[in-house]
Amino acid sequence: MSTHPEHQALQGPEPLDVNDPRLTRFDIVREGARRDDIEIVHYEPQVLPGTKAERRLTRVVAGFFLITGLAATAFLAIYIWWPWQYEAGRGGDKFYTPLLGFTLGVALLAVGFGILTWGKKLLPKEVSIQDRHEGTVDSEGRTITGQTMLYMADELGVKRRPLLGISLLAGLAPVAAVAAAPLVGGLISQPHKNNQMFTTGFATPEGGQRIRLVREDGRPIRPADISTGGQITVFPGIDHGVSNKHADSPTLLIHLRDSDAQESRRANERVGHGDYMWGNYAAFSKICTHAGCPASLFEQQTNRLLCPCHQSQFLITDNARPVFGPASRRLPQLPIEVDSEGFFVAKSDYTETVGPDFWERP
Amino acid sequence: MKRRKFDLAATPGKAAVGVDDRFQVATPLRKLLNKVFPDHWSFLLGEIALFSFVVLLLTGVFLTFFFEPAMTEVVYNGSYAPLQGTPMSAAYASSLDISFDVRGGLVMRQMHHWAALLFMAAIVVHMLRVFFTGAFRKPRETNWIIGSLLFWVGFLAGFSGYSLPDDGLSGTGLRIASAIMLSIPVIGSWVTSSIFGGEFPGTIIISRFFIAHVLLIPGLLLALISVHLGLVFKQKHTQWPGPGRTNNNVVGERMFPRYALKQGGFFMVVFGVIALMGGLFQINPIWLFGPYEAWVVSAASQPDWYVMFLDGSTRLMPAWEINIPIGDGYVIPPLFWPTVVLPGILVGLSTMYPFIEARQRKDYKSHNLLERPRDAPARTAVGAMAVAFYIVLTLSGSNDVIADKFQISLNAMTWAGRIGLLVVPPLAYYVTYRLCLGLQQHDREVLAHGVETGIIRRLPDGRFVEVHQPLSASNGHADGHGQLDYVGWVVPKKMNRLGALGPAIRGFFYPIEKPVEAPVSPGHPPVEARPEREEIGSGESRR
Repeated sequence: MSTHPEHQALQGPEPLDVNDPRLTRFDIVREGARRDDIEIVHYEPQVLPGTKAERRLTRVVAGFFLITGLAATAFLAIYIWWPWQYEAGRGGDKFYTPLLGFTLGVALLAVGFGILTWGKKLLPKEVSIQDRHEGTVDSEGRTITGQTMLYMADELGVKRRPLLGISLLAGLAPVAAVAAAPLVGGLISQPHKNNQMFTTGFATPEGGQRIRLVREDGRPIRPADISTGGQITVFPGIDHGVSNKHADSPTLLIHLRDSDAQESRRANERVGHGDYMWGNYAAFSKICTHAGCPASLFEQQTNRLLCPCHQSQFLITDNARPVFGPASRRLPQLPIEVDSEGFFVAKSDYTETVGPDFWERP
Repeated sequence: MKRRKFDLAATPGKAAVGVDDRFQVATPLRKLLNKVFPDHWSFLLGEIALFSFVVLLLTGVFLTFFFEPAMTEVVYNGSYAPLQGTPMSAAYASSLDISFDVRGGLVMRQMHHWAALLFMAAIVVHMLRVFFTGAFRKPRETNWIIGSLLFWVGFLAGFSGYSLPDDGLSGTGLRIASAIMLSIPVIGSWVTSSIFGGEFPGTIIISRFFIAHVLLIPGLLLALISVHLGLVFKQKHTQWPGPGRTNNNVVGERMFPRYALKQGGFFMVVFGVIALMGGLFQINPIWLFGPYEAWVVSAASQPDWYVMFLDGSTRLMPAWEINIPIGDGYVIPPLFWPTVVLPGILVGLSTMYPFIEARQRKDYKSHNLLERPRDAPARTAVGAMAVAFYIVLTLSGSNDVIADKFQISLNAMTWAGRIGLLVVPPLAYYVTYRLCLGLQQHDREVLAHGVETGIIRRLPDGRFVEVHQPLSASNGHADGHGQLDYVGWVVPKKMNRLGALGPAIRGFFYPIEKPVEAPVSPGHPPVEARPEREEIGSGESRR
């Protein structure tokens, strides 16, 4: 151990008189550490004052700090003068963010490395040992505190006067409920208002017209608009039908090939959906029955619809039955036909619940 | 009257006396300055999380000045041409403005996102460190529980922040979150409807997530982090076993000045790395995703990395729907198990682990010395099992991307994940357990017989044996040297760890000191172990 040898003589259990003029500053530091149950057992300068190594390290640290200054200045200059506004096709602004990040990063890293070098290389290495005082249980202290608390309980006299405790509890319970009431009452919202969980935008309004199937831009769709094997996302032709307001309504309208359509029709008849298709056209909800993502990847060859979120796969020609993945329920089918003007309409709303499953779904 | 001379040099002293007169801080301050911290690189992992959190607060406050947490429909009119004229929510429009029309906004946004990813990563790695070294044992169970909660609160912070921009990707995530809430038996639809203010997506969720993300969750994080640090301070840090280190002391450096200086430097380095990442590495380019529309999604929609294990569990879950035929019938959807039950089990298991282990090992003593992972094979193996479980889930969270890039069938990936989830963790347990035992055995062997020297000697009878360098002096045993006890710390296993080959030559391009000659050839009488291991320096001479 290479402590300063001249301090060895001063070691001892007796507390030092810190006003003793013979003591060095380190003696006082060490005495302070002792009073905190810390023994500085090893204290060794890594570089000696005035050596070449010290000068070199000082230059290194100073160099780091200078780099910080330069990088920070560069950051400011770039921040102010570099063309930063986005302009399609120009691209100078592309470098704005990388340059800011780079200069800021370099500035911060350099100050960090400077401080680290200063601390790790220039300051003396030390080993100090501090006592934890954990093993020794202060049993007397425990007794005193315990008795004090029991005494306080006695003074309150809850044991002797149980009515106080019971009535306090009886009084506080409603207060807790009062605290919770506005939060619960304000937030709570009836999920089945207007039967909203079981209807979509395709529900025919009372005595009204059947809802048309429209594209994203609101135009209605004729059968000839979809080529064989093709598919298109359609929405209810109502106000905000194409917006997130009707997040349950997006529907996939598929033009099946002849053979697939026949298979589909047979499958439809098996489940009593015999009249849901129109010609070779079938419409299924696009909202996955698993977690509500749009099941939008249609594989023409296998007639499978894949949801990209969790890879549930639905076989369109078998009533969109889930054939792989975590979905357990088929995609609901929208009964469709073509109205007198030649546009697709929904015969009625979906007859099954659209979207992810929940407890009270029948 | 003569004006009293103002003594500048005495001012700080006088001020200090004045402060101490009023607040009596001298002794408590000395205690603080003197507090001893043990030093090991692995103790700095948690600090990366802490420093990332500071960066998150700084950049996050900046972002709130420009973000508009509203779902009001607006028509985008900012400078990003491809989206001009598109109807979108005010939240998405203002996120675009932060990226394109606020000077330096994009670098702040990206730093915020990277800091969040780093925050979660540092929490996980720190947690692994604490777990595998047994630092969670009594008396630190409370801090382990707080740490586990910090992961989940950080998870919520991340998810709520990820949802705020209301872009195509985060909206899909939000819809999945709503489906997860819907899947809870009995109360699901009520919970979802109450949180979203009606049917998904409603018009209020972004505002609610905003206040949760900028006030409630950070407040909770701040409170938990404060208690976490306060407990580390109060209970003092654990330390590795080693010379002079016991269960009842802390061997290290006093907090000031060296330790504190290193911490300050480390903070700057973490901050700097986040700045570099925020500037140079693009993250979450929301302008490419477009506004959230319920019918739009693309393949390879992956969440942030810390959510991927739940995404994976959701993908692997078989389509097991439970129907309860009462009245109109009730359903427990398959989504419920991997997204609500599994996290619940994980929270329960992880927070309770210290108590489970203490019960298992019948060990109710306080431990301030860390255990090497190999010395607690059962714990290490359990940890490996958990890591394997997590990795299978995380990989499955991106199984569509893996399937695409490596030309594997998607269904095969899903099945591999399902089988892997059941097979790999027990396998990891077994392999890790055996590895630990093997390492233990090797340690004991070296202590008993010495370090392998790599020198083969031919005996007079023609046999070949390897020469071993014993670690202790002769004590009259039959094989000529004594046996050392294992003390829970690194056993030297190479000759140069003993100093037998001389220290490495210092210097980067040229040696800056005269190389020491190798002192002994092995096979000689025992070499005394060097009292202190040389730190690997960066080439400075240490005279």
